[in-house]
Amino acid sequence: MKSEELAKKIRLHVLEMTSRAGSSHIGSAFSITDLLAVLYQDVLKVDAQEPDSPKRDRFILSKGHAGAALYATLAELGFFDRKLLETYYQNGSVLSGHVSHKNVAGVEFSTGSLGHGLPVATGLAYSAKLRGQAFRSFCLLSDGECDEGSNWEAILFAAHHRLSNLVAIVDYNKIQSLKSIEQTLGLEPFRQKWESFGWSVKEVDGHDHRALQEVLCRLPFESEKPNCLIAHTIKGKGVSFMENQVLWHYRTARGSEYDAAKVELL
Amino acid sequence: MRDAFIHELNLAAACDKDIHLITGDLGFGVLTQYEKDFPNQYTNAGVAEQNMTGLAAGLAMNGFKVFTYSIGNFSTLRCLEQIRNDICYHDLNVTIVSVGGGFSYGGLGFSHHATEDFSILRSLPGLSVYAPSCIWEAKELTKNLLGKLGPKYLRLDKSGMLSTRMDGETFSFEKVRDVSSGNLGIGSSADILLVASGGILEEALIAAENLREKRLKVRVLSVHSLKPFDVDGFLKRAENSKGVFSIEENVVEGGLGSLLSESLLESGVRPKFFKRFGIHSDSHTSVVGDQKYLRSQHRLLGEQITKSILDIMGVNRIHEKLAVLPVFEART
Repeated sequence: MKSEELAKKIRLHVLEMTSRAGSSHIGSAFSITDLLAVLYQDVLKVDAQEPDSPKRDRFILSKGHAGAALYATLAELGFFDRKLLETYYQNGSVLSGHVSHKNVAGVEFSTGSLGHGLPVATGLAYSAKLRGQAFRSFCLLSDGECDEGSNWEAILFAAHHRLSNLVAIVDYNKIQSLKSIEQTLGLEPFRQKWESFGWSVKEVDGHDHRALQEVLCRLPFESEKPNCLIAHTIKGKGVSFMENQVLWHYRTARGSEYDAAKVELL
Repeated sequence: MRDAFIHELNLAAACDKDIHLITGDLGFGVLTQYEKDFPNQYTNAGVAEQNMTGLAAGLAMNGFKVFTYSIGNFSTLRCLEQIRNDICYHDLNVTIVSVGGGFSYGGLGFSHHATEDFSILRSLPGLSVYAPSCIWEAKELTKNLLGKLGPKYLRLDKSGMLSTRMDGETFSFEKVRDVSSGNLGIGSSADILLVASGGILEEALIAAENLREKRLKVRVLSVHSLKPFDVDGFLKRAENSKGVFSIEENVVEGGLGSLLSESLLESGVRPKFFKRFGIHSDSHTSVVGDQKYLRSQHRLLGEQITKSILDIMGVNRIHEKLAVLPVFEART
């Protein structure tokens, strides 16, 4: 399966899952769909048949609120049955609104409170270095999440310890919970912040599969430095009326909105 | 206690390369030898406790046995959500160590008083909570913690005696320890049961001596494990006691005293007298003083506890009236 095809399936699952559940964060999930599709199809060394292999690359979705997209990705890749997705957010399910690893194959780490993923991913990268292991540690963060100070503690640590096996990917859709990043707590000059902390930074169109494949297949970007990929994305990407709208951080597609979204995604 | 912990960790680290100690930039002079001996099993995460705790989770996910180390509230409250989400929810093998429990760092001010950790950490699902009362317990506890999987919290104290080991005693991990010098058997009755966690056990022992001088039969328990709590071991002693008193250098809400009262109520054991000796206060302590001084401010010194218990049990009043020392009858 090509990553574009995987992305299409993820978006359809996410629409279905969030609509059935009446849950939020469809915009956040669509924002990272192409990133997840390329990561899981072309970059991460993970195997659905051996999800706990010690050699696997580690991937932490730190923006746990976009969990529907990760669950859909893992189901499509055979980590678990697609039918499980129908239970998302339902009473008695293992698939919670924010990512949880318990009884869900392929989920490395549970998140939901922002600013937790990067320190843990840093610990994993550091542990690989201590043990002389070759796996890489990836963490996907939201841009709003970069408000959390814990990330900057980890950013300092990773550079100090030259963790070139650590990859932070920021989903830079420029919208956070209530308003734009710019109107809330500005991050710019964002690239320079990471660079000045000692990271090697690249920027990419987070929806351009070929560009993503190219940049992520050339890790590490530099020796002796942790990697940051700033992925410029569009919140709600894939459904015209959801794109770049704060509203779709929370709103659930129902009725005619659901039908219209589905038509655009098919 | 701190040195006993590090000593045991040193011994274990020599044979187990998975042991990893992360400090939040504290432990001047204390961790020096460990760092020198095991440079690959030691990390200074800097003054960044949230990251220190997240790092610990990451290391533990890859099979390391991790110890995070700092003083006061820095390794606990500062990064509480990391402990809850990253360590406890993932059931990771991390031991959180805080040096300076209670008023150990009294003179440094309220920021360094670790007086709510029992209450707060005891409530976290999956986290075991330990507080040794003496150096011997600290040493024995550390040995046991090295062999126990899962999330753990160890509160170390600057106070505390060298040893409360009874003659011939072997350490019973996660059991209440009877440290009564009066050699009361488990089944025998006592007038008073004093129960303490942490270095403040020394005040309980002072109180016990004072009360014995009043011809009261006193039993003293050290609770080095608040969670899991040895409910049966406690109740067996409590049900034969007229008065049960908890003593802790922690706020009374949610700490050892709460633990005892929960156990008593749920089991139906009703001592005639019960009181929680701990920090009853509407605000944090702003007065400057060392550990003993601050205990005195909260009426936690052995002598103060003695007086309070005598008042509660009416012993002083009886004295005045009868001018003789009463002897409580054993409950049948």
